[in-house]
Amino acid sequence: MDTSKVADSNRTTAATASKPNRVGAVATWADERLGLATLAKKNLRKVFPDHWSFMLGEIALWSFVVLLLTGVFLTLWFTPSMGEVQYNGSYEQLRGIHMSEAFASSLRISFDVRGGLLMRQMHHWAAMLFIAAMMIHLLRVFFTGAHRKPRELNWVIGCLLLLLGTLEGFTGYSLPDDLLSGTGIRAADGFIKATPVVGTYMSFLLFGGEFPGESIIPRLYVVHVLLIPGLLLALIAAHMLLLVYHKHTQWPGPGRTEKNVVGFPMLPVYAAKAGGFFFIVFGVTALLGGLLSINPVWKYGPYDPSKVTAGSQPDWYMGWPDGALRIMPGIETHIWGITISWNVMLPILVLPMLMFTILLLLPFLESWITGDKREHHLLQRPRNAPTRTALMVALMTMYGLFWAAGGNDIIAIKLHASINQITYFLRGAVFIGPVIAFIITRRWCISLQRKDNETVLHGYETGIIMRSPEGGYSERHLPLPESRAYALTARDRDPVVNGVEAGSDANGVPAPGQGRLAALRHRIRTMWYSDNVQKPTRDELDHGHHHAEHEHELQESMEGHAADGHQFDGHHLVDDESLRH
Amino acid sequence: MSSPTSDSHVEPADENLPERDDLYANPGLHEHEWRPTDVDPKAEKRAERQVATLFGLSAICTVLFVVTYFTVDADDTFAGLGAQNLAFGLSLAGALLFIGIGVIQWARKLMSDQEIIEYRHPASSSDEDRAATLEALSTGLAESGIGRRPMVRNSLLGAAGLVGLTAIVPLWDLGPTNADVTDNPPFPGSGLENTIWDKGMRVVRDVVGTPIKPSDLQIGDLVNAEPEGLFKSPEDGEPLEGVALQVGKSKGAVVLVRMEPDEIIPGSGRENWSVDGIVCYSKICTHVGCPISLYERTTHHLLCPCHQSTFDLADSAKVIFGPAARPLPQLPLAVDGEGYLIAQSDFTEPVGPSYWERG
Repeated sequence: MDTSKVADSNRTTAATASKPNRVGAVATWADERLGLATLAKKNLRKVFPDHWSFMLGEIALWSFVVLLLTGVFLTLWFTPSMGEVQYNGSYEQLRGIHMSEAFASSLRISFDVRGGLLMRQMHHWAAMLFIAAMMIHLLRVFFTGAHRKPRELNWVIGCLLLLLGTLEGFTGYSLPDDLLSGTGIRAADGFIKATPVVGTYMSFLLFGGEFPGESIIPRLYVVHVLLIPGLLLALIAAHMLLLVYHKHTQWPGPGRTEKNVVGFPMLPVYAAKAGGFFFIVFGVTALLGGLLSINPVWKYGPYDPSKVTAGSQPDWYMGWPDGALRIMPGIETHIWGITISWNVMLPILVLPMLMFTILLLLPFLESWITGDKREHHLLQRPRNAPTRTALMVALMTMYGLFWAAGGNDIIAIKLHASINQITYFLRGAVFIGPVIAFIITRRWCISLQRKDNETVLHGYETGIIMRSPEGGYSERHLPLPESRAYALTARDRDPVVNGVEAGSDANGVPAPGQGRLAALRHRIRTMWYSDNVQKPTRDELDHGHHHAEHEHELQESMEGHAADGHQFDGHHLVDDESLRH
Repeated sequence: MSSPTSDSHVEPADENLPERDDLYANPGLHEHEWRPTDVDPKAEKRAERQVATLFGLSAICTVLFVVTYFTVDADDTFAGLGAQNLAFGLSLAGALLFIGIGVIQWARKLMSDQEIIEYRHPASSSDEDRAATLEALSTGLAESGIGRRPMVRNSLLGAAGLVGLTAIVPLWDLGPTNADVTDNPPFPGSGLENTIWDKGMRVVRDVVGTPIKPSDLQIGDLVNAEPEGLFKSPEDGEPLEGVALQVGKSKGAVVLVRMEPDEIIPGSGRENWSVDGIVCYSKICTHVGCPISLYERTTHHLLCPCHQSTFDLADSAKVIFGPAARPLPQLPLAVDGEGYLIAQSDFTEPVGPSYWERG
């Protein structure tokens, strides 16, 4: 293809020196006061690498913007008050019923404000999307090793965003004051009261007296529309600034190194792609809000502390602590005139805090174990860090089992199983499941590492079966394209090989005088890397290539005598060939 | 293009971590492949038309959205769905999605797709910058005299630490405490240890508030009941409303169950708490406070729909399954002169979820 005459700008006319124009004048005016040019010079053409998985965080970002926009719309009509009113709106079934102003205004938004129901449903769908996208983004980051130095603090900010997003979700779905959300607040009051020593004080201060009082909705409202969104905005800004400062990670491949970033410029390509993607996320939430009913509060009715519906469940992201709460045995200690509610405290107060702390510390734990203090900008495939991948899969398994426990009544109904047996099963499974998942994932990763080495050393499987003169069959392997082979082997060797590391003697025992912690670290480190498969050594590679050449020689006599149809192996030009009969 | 220029900053190598040994030389970036829109003016024009068409479709959807606003009524339905919400949703989705798809199509087909390279720098500052910063910091601190004047420093630290109290102490007025409402009840039954139930108060059906005679219940029936005080305040005989009503309900709601008298295993001291096989328990779960109402009449089991705690109503509502740790409190029943069910007293223990001071 002759491309010599192709212009590499998108202009349709020849470039001419531009005359001073109005836009230029405005820009000059602004720059003389703000000095924007210096800032923009670097960033307008900032390079971002391209990969589908880098879009997951973007979904979270844009759904947050959708939340802000739809949320502002909702505030125009929502009345955050628990004052009792009689409903006289257009939803027939509830007319004449006494309810809080919060619930009445939720009904008004749903039935009497044109587009209000759509905005309510979009707001709720966007919230689910926000949290789901954050979680999947978090998994992507961890599985590819993007949390390593220098990005540990951005990991911490991300974890805080997830925590705040979850709280924001809870405060949000509590606001309409319908029966389901009121039941959620009722349970939350139970959690608070289970807090040692200060539980009742916290409950009474939060609710402005005895549950349910008339303060909780206005207070949650302020938290929901001001406090948490403000924190989220600040943290998102910090998250993005650090992203820009660190420059995005990239996958190893031809031309991509630890010291560069290869991709497309912010202006115009990413401005267009990311900006366009905002409209896609917004549009998809509109589609969800238009087609799929969510949180139909009018069906639940107003909150009444003496009523509940069967199958009461929180939004899905609150499901896992709720599941822990469900399968926890009923243990309570009564001693010295006090009550310690282990059955509430452990699953709902201690466990989430513990899990969150573990999540927060993961990058620091990993670098402590591996001793890796280098900067990393090239991503790792999950298989190339088997223990890390297995650790996250174990945590995911635990999360999933707790989450399933949060729906144990639904599972029992759908599967016609005994809820008691499901509960007993899950009590064991939340401990055993993660261990099994860890072992399987680790071995799986190691097998995939072997497979990679195999491919590098012996080439890829062509699907062509060769028959030797002796009658034996073999599959023909062809060497990988160089770029692919480079990408597969562009990874570090693990530091501990054969259990020996620097500072240790030949048997891998750390030098004396390093203390118990060092010994522990050494043990964990050995386990962390044990059985990992390293990329081939140069000798192995040469040997493998030699072997391939030998094989090639043997097969050479058959070259050009492929069985019918087999010349179309997708790796040769076959322009002039037709299928032989 | 492929080999990165060496940077002045060399990454500190951990003594245990081997440098990476590349088995293959970095082949460098793939050669750029021209797209049809780069080399074929027809394809370029076609892409331009596609993008403009998508933007046009978005504009049409926006018009449809506005039309919906003024023409579609809230009661209109379409295929069983609310037509208004559906029309708003689809037109808004179209208006947004077509812009998004159009812009991305523009980026993919018409904007340059030449990959470019930017070099990274270590996240840390340069040594000179660090030194300069430390220099500036120590000069600033020295000039402030914070190191030389411990009295100023320490008194400031103390004052700054204390000033936070002005934000925290007033939070005490967020609400009265349990002790406050127990000592000075704003309405009957205030405080965690009390409910509105009282000696002689009738047990009435919830919602309607009619009193109940033992003969109204068949064996196996469960009735959701409430204290009559919610409908007729002990103070002025008027129905409770607002907070008083909600708090009263949240602690006073009960279930009445009738079973064969010989099926009941009365707790010690509770022999005369039932009337003709009718027992009354708090409806508020002792786990985290959900109202309980799923009753299985053959087994006398009451199941909480929130976390599946199960209580045996024939045996003092003891927990037989689930995360709750305590039986449901029982309300001692009697019959008044007119033959209606009444409470012998308030509950003898706090209802609802456990708390630290509960004992």
